[in-house]
Amino acid sequence: MAASEAPIRVENLTMAFGSFVLQRDLTFTINRGDIFIIMGGSGCGKSTLLRHLIGLKEPAKGVISYFGRSLWDSPPEVRQEILRQTGVLYQKGALWSSMTLAENIALPLAEYTDLKPADTREVAALKLALVGLAGFEDYYPSEISGGMQKRAGLARAMALDPEILFFDEPSAGLDPISSRLLDDLILQLRDSLGATIVVVTHELASIFTIANNSVFLDADTRTMIAQGDPKVLLKDCPNITVRNFLTRGEAAHAEM
Amino acid sequence: MNIIFVSAAEQYVAHPPQEAASTAVLDCRTTPDAALELYLAGPWTLKSRRPDPAVVVRRLEDQPETRRVVFSSEQVTAWDSGLLTFLNVVKSACAERHISVDSTGLPEGARKLLDLAAAVPEKSGARRQQTADPFLDAVGKWAQGAGASFGNALAFIGGAALAFGRLFVGKAQFRGSDLALVLQETGGQALPIVSLISFLVGVILAFVGALQLQLFGAQIFVANLVAIGMAREMGAMMAAIIMAGRTGAAFAAQIGTMQVNEEVDALQTFGIEPMDFLVLPRMIALIVMMPLLCLYAIFIGILGGAFVGIVMLNLSPIQYYHQTLAFLGVSDFAVGVFKAGVFGVIIALAGCMSGMDCGRNAAAVGQAATSAVVTSIVLIVVFDGLFAVLTSVLGI
Repeated sequence: MAASEAPIRVENLTMAFGSFVLQRDLTFTINRGDIFIIMGGSGCGKSTLLRHLIGLKEPAKGVISYFGRSLWDSPPEVRQEILRQTGVLYQKGALWSSMTLAENIALPLAEYTDLKPADTREVAALKLALVGLAGFEDYYPSEISGGMQKRAGLARAMALDPEILFFDEPSAGLDPISSRLLDDLILQLRDSLGATIVVVTHELASIFTIANNSVFLDADTRTMIAQGDPKVLLKDCPNITVRNFLTRGEAAHAEM
Repeated sequence: MNIIFVSAAEQYVAHPPQEAASTAVLDCRTTPDAALELYLAGPWTLKSRRPDPAVVVRRLEDQPETRRVVFSSEQVTAWDSGLLTFLNVVKSACAERHISVDSTGLPEGARKLLDLAAAVPEKSGARRQQTADPFLDAVGKWAQGAGASFGNALAFIGGAALAFGRLFVGKAQFRGSDLALVLQETGGQALPIVSLISFLVGVILAFVGALQLQLFGAQIFVANLVAIGMAREMGAMMAAIIMAGRTGAAFAAQIGTMQVNEEVDALQTFGIEPMDFLVLPRMIALIVMMPLLCLYAIFIGILGGAFVGIVMLNLSPIQYYHQTLAFLGVSDFAVGVFKAGVFGVIIALAGCMSGMDCGRNAAAVGQAATSAVVTSIVLIVVFDGLFAVLTSVLGI
């Protein structure tokens, strides 16, 4: 893997369900250490783009490459190897409900490392401590709150020390303070792990706190209509849809 | 634990690691100012061979005068959770001995992560104490649990009875289209499997009987055996077992998934009784359909017997037909059909109750489906035994 290659590069991506094209001509690059936001209104294809990036859905057209290696043109073993450098926090945590938190984190470790069970448990304890859940190793997901489930999901996403972390709607269903704490955690993880972070969200407070780069998907034109730092887009983006989104509709209001 | 442990040998084939031979280096030195310096070098990753932190702990025990631990990590080539877990153990060993840890010599990212891990201290009392109950406690808890679930079952049956009461006074809230859908699922769509199983059961009964009856030259009585066997026992029994596996499990899984998604709660908040809306149509459907399926199973089973009689035992179709008609009374059908109705109630109750009692996770849905099938089959066989005694006492 060439160190100079960008963690993620998307070129001319078209996403479609059968003949229905959801988005076309998406081209953007996510650099190392970025906190990159995929934003856009409901139903524009944000989550579908994420499913393409994490290898759950094959693009209709275009190339997604990780560190210079194409995800979908590689044989399945290579694809698995590429995806092992990523971790995903699903919208509802998606913890395996029949396993304790420690077992949830231990499963990928047992699959892909040759750690002894005692060491695996140490790593699980460490990951839980990183997300503020020290001591909760033997709890089942149904026994903890939604915010805690989300943080445990993050601990599991970090199990294999990924270079790239994906977050699907991290603040959905969290109170403002928990949501803020999760944002802080995302920033701290980026700073200390040097990880690249991709977040699907439409939570404005969160976007302006953490992002340094973004892409905006539009549901009407079915393509991306802006990219860059959201703080800059807020001021300088010529497209009213984007400014409207970033100001909760105030931009359109001001023009009238 | 549901964990697949891959053996070390396989692991090396699966991921030929570039740093297979690489080993992390640890050297403990005592500095002039009585601090313990841990010199770290090489790759400190989960994939590399790493020294045991016990080495450091032993060193701390050997030198009780140590008051400070410092690190030197310029030679560390790579690190991940492997380094962090090591440091975590060292840190907690130091904390126990009131030794201060100076983490300035660590890689910056590692230092920040360690601080992050320590930022939220463990909540006291959060950790689980894993204790096994003494034997008598376990028995007592089991008995209490059994008592409670028996109470639940009675409450559920009572609730179902009340729902039927509301149905008869026309106040039950459920949608006709739901009932039609369940009727179709439990009726027409079950016919192919019921046909196959009943036909084969008829064939099997005929064969079993033929072996013995041929000894007396009484093959013709195979017709009686199959007719009585299917009508009184096997028709209802086979239909019930098929429906328990097919429909009882489906009821439990449907209602259980609705519990997981809080759909049942949503019904309740709108003032719609889940008992009426979910349980009633399913019970009605099974009570209507089970006797019909039973009649159908009896008919197909007799055809299966006739097939053996005609093809293997050289009986004439007319002979077989008359023999069957002459010995099959209305009471035989009545017994079978009545039992089928009772089995229908059992299957619907067991399926719906398991679903309504379902916990809120994926594993619980599986348990609900299992418990629905097991409960219904056990109860079906028990009730069948009761009916056998009852009919023989009453002389039906």
